[in-house]
Amino acid sequence: MADKVFYALYNDDDILKDAATDLVAKGIRVNDVFSPFPIHGIDPIIGVKQTRLAIVAFIFGLTGLILALVGMRYFMIVDWPMNIGGKPNKTLMQNVLAFIPITFEFTVLLAAHGMSLTYLIRNKTLPGMPATNPDPRTTDDHFSMKIVLSENSQFSSEEVENMLNGSGLVELNQKDI
Amino acid sequence: MHNLADIREPLILGEKSYADITHDVVSPIENKAPKGWYILLTISAIIAVWGIGNILYLIGTGIGVWGLNKTIGWAWDITNFVWWVGIGHAGTLISAVLLLFRQRWRMAINRSAEAMTIFAVVMAATFPGIHMGRIWLAYFVFPIPNEFGSLWVNFNSPLLWDVFAISTYFSVSLIFWYIGLIPDFATIRDKVKSPVMKKAYGILSFGWSGRAKNWNRFEEVSLVLAGLATPLVFSVHSIVSFDFATSIIPGWHTTIFPPYFVSGAVFSGFAMVQTLLLIMRKTMKLESYITVKHVEYMNIVIIVTGSVVGVAYITELFISWYSGVEYESYAFLNRATGKYWWAYTIMMTANVVTPQLFWFKKIRRSFIWTFILAIVVNIGMWFERFVIIVTSVHRDYLPSSWSMFYPTWVDLGVFIGTIGIFMFLFLLFARYFPVLALNELKSILKSNGEKYIKK
Repeated sequence: MADKVFYALYNDDDILKDAATDLVAKGIRVNDVFSPFPIHGIDPIIGVKQTRLAIVAFIFGLTGLILALVGMRYFMIVDWPMNIGGKPNKTLMQNVLAFIPITFEFTVLLAAHGMSLTYLIRNKTLPGMPATNPDPRTTDDHFSMKIVLSENSQFSSEEVENMLNGSGLVELNQKDI
Repeated sequence: MHNLADIREPLILGEKSYADITHDVVSPIENKAPKGWYILLTISAIIAVWGIGNILYLIGTGIGVWGLNKTIGWAWDITNFVWWVGIGHAGTLISAVLLLFRQRWRMAINRSAEAMTIFAVVMAATFPGIHMGRIWLAYFVFPIPNEFGSLWVNFNSPLLWDVFAISTYFSVSLIFWYIGLIPDFATIRDKVKSPVMKKAYGILSFGWSGRAKNWNRFEEVSLVLAGLATPLVFSVHSIVSFDFATSIIPGWHTTIFPPYFVSGAVFSGFAMVQTLLLIMRKTMKLESYITVKHVEYMNIVIIVTGSVVGVAYITELFISWYSGVEYESYAFLNRATGKYWWAYTIMMTANVVTPQLFWFKKIRRSFIWTFILAIVVNIGMWFERFVIIVTSVHRDYLPSSWSMFYPTWVDLGVFIGTIGIFMFLFLLFARYFPVLALNELKSILKSNGEKYIKK
C-alpha cells in the first residue's frame, strides 16, 4: 500500500505548538514531534500519554527494600548471628535499626537503575541504535512534526499539504513509503 | 508558562538563539583545542602518572610506607577520602536538589558539576581501596557466598554502610549524568562534520531522536532520579560521618556529625565547583551562560553552609565542656591548643571566618575574590578532616602511646596524584563532552534569556 509521510519543519516551538493545536482541531492526527528539547504542553495536544516510569521506579524500589531486608535477615540473624558486645541479635526486629542505612541505599540503587534501564529499553536508546530523527536540525534549533497519510485517510495528500503549508512552517518534506 | 519577576536577572546573556547555544558548546569540541588545554593536560598527566606510580609502590610494598603508626592508624588516607567525597556532593546537590526546587540557574552548571562529582567520588573510592593493603581482596566487602564457611560481612558496621552508600551514590550519579548527556550527544552527532566524530557521538548518543514520547519519559526520569538522589546525597555523607560518630573515640563520638558533615560537604563541593567553573568559563568562552549571577548564587550557598559548619564547630566545643566528660573536654582543648593548634587555626579561619566576606555584595559578585576564597575553602575543608581525624587519635588514653603524624612522600604523592588524575579526567570532559546541558538551557531560553526578557 502506498503511504506518505509528511515532515513539517518549524523553527520555533511555540509556532509548532500552535500549528499542532490547529491541525488537531481540524481532525488531523499528528504521529510524532521531534524536538531538541522537551516542548512543554505538546503531549496532550498530540495525544502522548503520561509515562508510567515512576510506577516502575516504585516497584523496583520496593523490590530493593524487600531484598535488602530479607538478605540481611539471612546473613545476620539466620545464617551466622554475631554476638557483638552482647547486643540483641535474635530477631530482625531487634536488629533492624542497624540495617536501615543499607536498606535505604539498596532501595535507591534498585529504583534508580531499574527505572533507568527500563527507560533506555522503552525509548529504544541503547548503544549502537541508529538515530531516527528525520532531519539533523531537529537536535539543534528546528522542530519537526510527522504526519502519516494513512492515519488521516479522510484527507487527501493535497489537503494535508495545504493545511501544513498554512501553519507557519519553514520547510515541508514528503516521503513515499 | 512560568512567570518571571522583574527583579530576576537573565540567566543567559547576549542575543542568543537556540542555534547559538548549540554552536557555543559544539564548536570547542569540533575545533582544535587551545594551547593552554594541552599544557594543562600535560601537567595533570604528569602528576597523575606520579600518583599512579606512588599507588603502585604502595600496593607493592604495603601501607607501612605511609606515615601511620600504632596510635594513628587513620590519617591522610581517610582525610583524603572524606575530602573527595565531600567535593563529590555538589554535583548531585546542584542537579537533584535544585531541580526539585525548580532553580533554573542550575542548568548552566549542573553538567560540569556532575562530572566533577563523578571524578571526585572515583578519587575518594581509591583511598579505602588502597588502605586495604591487599587490594586484590577488595571484593571481600561485598556479601558474596564464599568458601570460608558462612563468613559474611558485618551489616552492623558503618564501614560496610559506607561501601553501599558510596557505590550507590557513584552509580546513581553516573546514570543521572549520562541520561542527561544522551540528548546532548545526539546534538553533537548531528552537528559535527568529521565522520569519525559522527560515529563516536552516534554510539554515545544511543540513537536518541528526540521524539515527543522520549522527552515525556526523559522529564519523568529526571524528576524521579532527582527525588531519589536528594535523600541519597544527604545519606551518603551522613554515613561517612557514622564511620567516626559510632566509634567511642573522644572527639569522634558526636551526634552532631551527620548534619555537620553534610553541610561541610556541600560547602567544599561548591567551592570546588567555583574553582573549576571560573577557569572553564573564561577558557571556553562560556561567559554568557555562567554569569556573575550564577557565581553569586553559589557564593550564597557557600555562606549558608559555611556558617552551619561554623555553628557546628562552636557547638562541639561547647558540648565538650558542658558534657562534663573529661576525655571529651581534653580532646577538644587539645585540638585547639595542643600541638596541632596550627591546623585548627587554619580550619577555623578558612572555613568560618573568610567565607563570611561573601556577605559583601562586591566580593560575592567578584570573580577574582570568589576564586581566591573558593581555594581557601578547599584548603580549609581538607584541614577540617585532618583535624577531626588526626587530633582525635594522636593523644591515646595512655600517655606513653601519644604520638604525632608525619606524612611520608608516599602520603604526599598519593594525595597530589589523585588531584592530578581528577584534573586530567576533568580536562578530558571539558574537551570532548557537552559542558552545558544543551537541552535544558534551550528550554529556559525564552523565559530566562536576556534577548527575550527585554522584549
